[in-house]
Amino acid sequence: MLGNGLLQGLVVTARNFIRSYFDPERLTTVQYPEERVTLPENSRSFPFLVYDGTPDNLRCVACKICEQECPPQCIYIEVERDPKTGKPVRRPRVFDIDYSVCMQCQICAEVCPFDAIKMDQVYELAGTDRFGGMLHDKAALLKSNEYYHQIRPTEADEVDARLSQSKKKVSPPIAKPAAVPPAQPVPPKTDV
Amino acid sequence: MYNFFDQLFVALGAWLVGLVVAAGNGVSKLCCGQPMSEAAAHNVAAGTQVVLICVTIYGVFALCFGLATWLERKMLARIQNRYGPNRVGPFGLLQFVADGVKMLTKEDIVPARADKLVHFLAPAIVLAPALLMFGFLPFGRNMAPTDLDTAVIAFFAVGAGSELALFMAGWGSRNKYSILGALRAVAQMISYEIPLVLAAVPVVMIVGSLSTSQIVAAQGTDSFLDVKGWFVWTPWGFAGFILFLIAATAESNRSPFDIPEGESEIIAGFHVEYSGFKFALFFMAEYLGMMAMAGLGVTLFLGGWHGPKLLPSWAWFMLKGFLIVCWLIWLRGTLPRLRVDQLMAFAWKAMLPFALFNIFATAVWFYLPKTTFLQSAVAWIITAALVVAAYLVISRFVSRRAGAPRVYRYAS
Ligand code: SF4
Ligand code: SF4
Repeated sequence: MLGNGLLQGLVVTARNFIRSYFDPERLTTVQYPEERVTLPENSRSFPFLVYDGTPDNLRCVACKICEQECPPQCIYIEVERDPKTGKPVRRPRVFDIDYSVCMQCQICAEVCPFDAIKMDQVYELAGTDRFGGMLHDKAALLKSNEYYHQIRPTEADEVDARLSQSKKKVSPPIAKPAAVPPAQPVPPKTDV
Repeated sequence: MYNFFDQLFVALGAWLVGLVVAAGNGVSKLCCGQPMSEAAAHNVAAGTQVVLICVTIYGVFALCFGLATWLERKMLARIQNRYGPNRVGPFGLLQFVADGVKMLTKEDIVPARADKLVHFLAPAIVLAPALLMFGFLPFGRNMAPTDLDTAVIAFFAVGAGSELALFMAGWGSRNKYSILGALRAVAQMISYEIPLVLAAVPVVMIVGSLSTSQIVAAQGTDSFLDVKGWFVWTPWGFAGFILFLIAATAESNRSPFDIPEGESEIIAGFHVEYSGFKFALFFMAEYLGMMAMAGLGVTLFLGGWHGPKLLPSWAWFMLKGFLIVCWLIWLRGTLPRLRVDQLMAFAWKAMLPFALFNIFATAVWFYLPKTTFLQSAVAWIITAALVVAAYLVISRFVSRRAGAPRVYRYAS
């Protein structure tokens, strides 16, 4: 009969309307600022620099591989130099990443031989200044290894295992000056 | 007590008018040393009354418009299992205030090659009929703003003015989507005006008057419940009410008859070139038109302000209007938009014959004796049989397929 389909449709919408009040499962909306979903472990937003223990104990040795590899060229690194001798210290003096250019591809994290740069999960990075404000400097990029463990435990455990492994095998020949304290997981920290 | 609340606004109005007349007398005593003449006092009172009615209607229904947008968004959201607006105020109730501020502060863009005058006038003109239509509805006992003998005709006549405004908007924008939307709007609204008026004719036939006040009075009884007289309980009234609802949905350009706006095809139709507050005016006119239509539906079929004497008469009127608005929102959340040819075919092939047949059924009802209960029951059954038979015949006719059934190569 004419109108049957219309009535069926009305019943469907009425059922949805009423049940949405009694069945919280139906409302899949996450009310963002108050509620948040837990991100999957492998979600990624923006790189950060890992340090062990204290912020000046960062893993990065300023080898500039990531700077070379970054497809949109948004990493800028300056090597720190010893004030007396003028020789480069294996540490970045400046490490900037331009968030407005970064395309969050994770290539920097993949190519870094020292596991010094990893992908973060922060997503509230909007700002009001699109020129200076999007430039994240070293202080803003530094985050602890504990934080890394917190956001992606599996990957961080792997990295830790690999680092302690390489410390046993490879690091003694690399760290020629032999000034590496044995407890430190990061071998290249002293002067070249 | 009941009378106090029932006549609250009437008494308030009379008190305010009295205040103004007294003030006028005072001023006239100061100036000329004597109170106003009888005729002058009468004019002042009448003028104040008009101003009061206008201000009240504008104020109340502007607020209702805001709340209706909120209600619509909330209900549609719940139908789609969402929350809807819930940020501004409790339950998001103040959302419409925020929207209004947003609309007011937006840039008003006029297309460079638009017909500036027509483009400017259209939003103002579209609002006028929507507001005027409220002037013919009795909102409660002794609460009719005007008491015309031809109120029903006047209502439809004024309501038809919005077509002109929509066409002005479409034409003035100099945009092909606008003009398409405007042409669709005019075609649709003129086609549906006929079933709309024909749906109201049975009521006029039975009451024998075009005055809305008398139509409401004819549906009243002296009993406490006061629902028995509503025309919707008669077969012809029920059919007329359904017809009226469908035609009113089309008249107020609401889904599933919103092809003049058709966001997915012609973006927003006639108001695609409007921004800021002018756009808000179109929006407001659409909602006000919808509410006025709901008000007329209440007046014609749902007994106007009559209802069980638990609530004041004006509350009953508002409540019934609110229910019709809810129904329209529910319908919008359910049905997809019709195609233009389906829309026209429905108006001319289904609504029009059914409305005409309903008039015939009403005539039968009118001449059947209804003095005893048995006689009324027989009359009821005969009329109902006529209406149902008409419905069945027309539905067969309408759902008949032209040619072979359509084959879907990939979809089925
Ligand atoms: S982050 Fe890694 S690749 Fe980039 S400069 Fe530092 S050590 Fe080299
Ligand atoms: S994530 Fe990609 S784009 Fe961003 S800094 Fe690393 S390499 Fe460059």
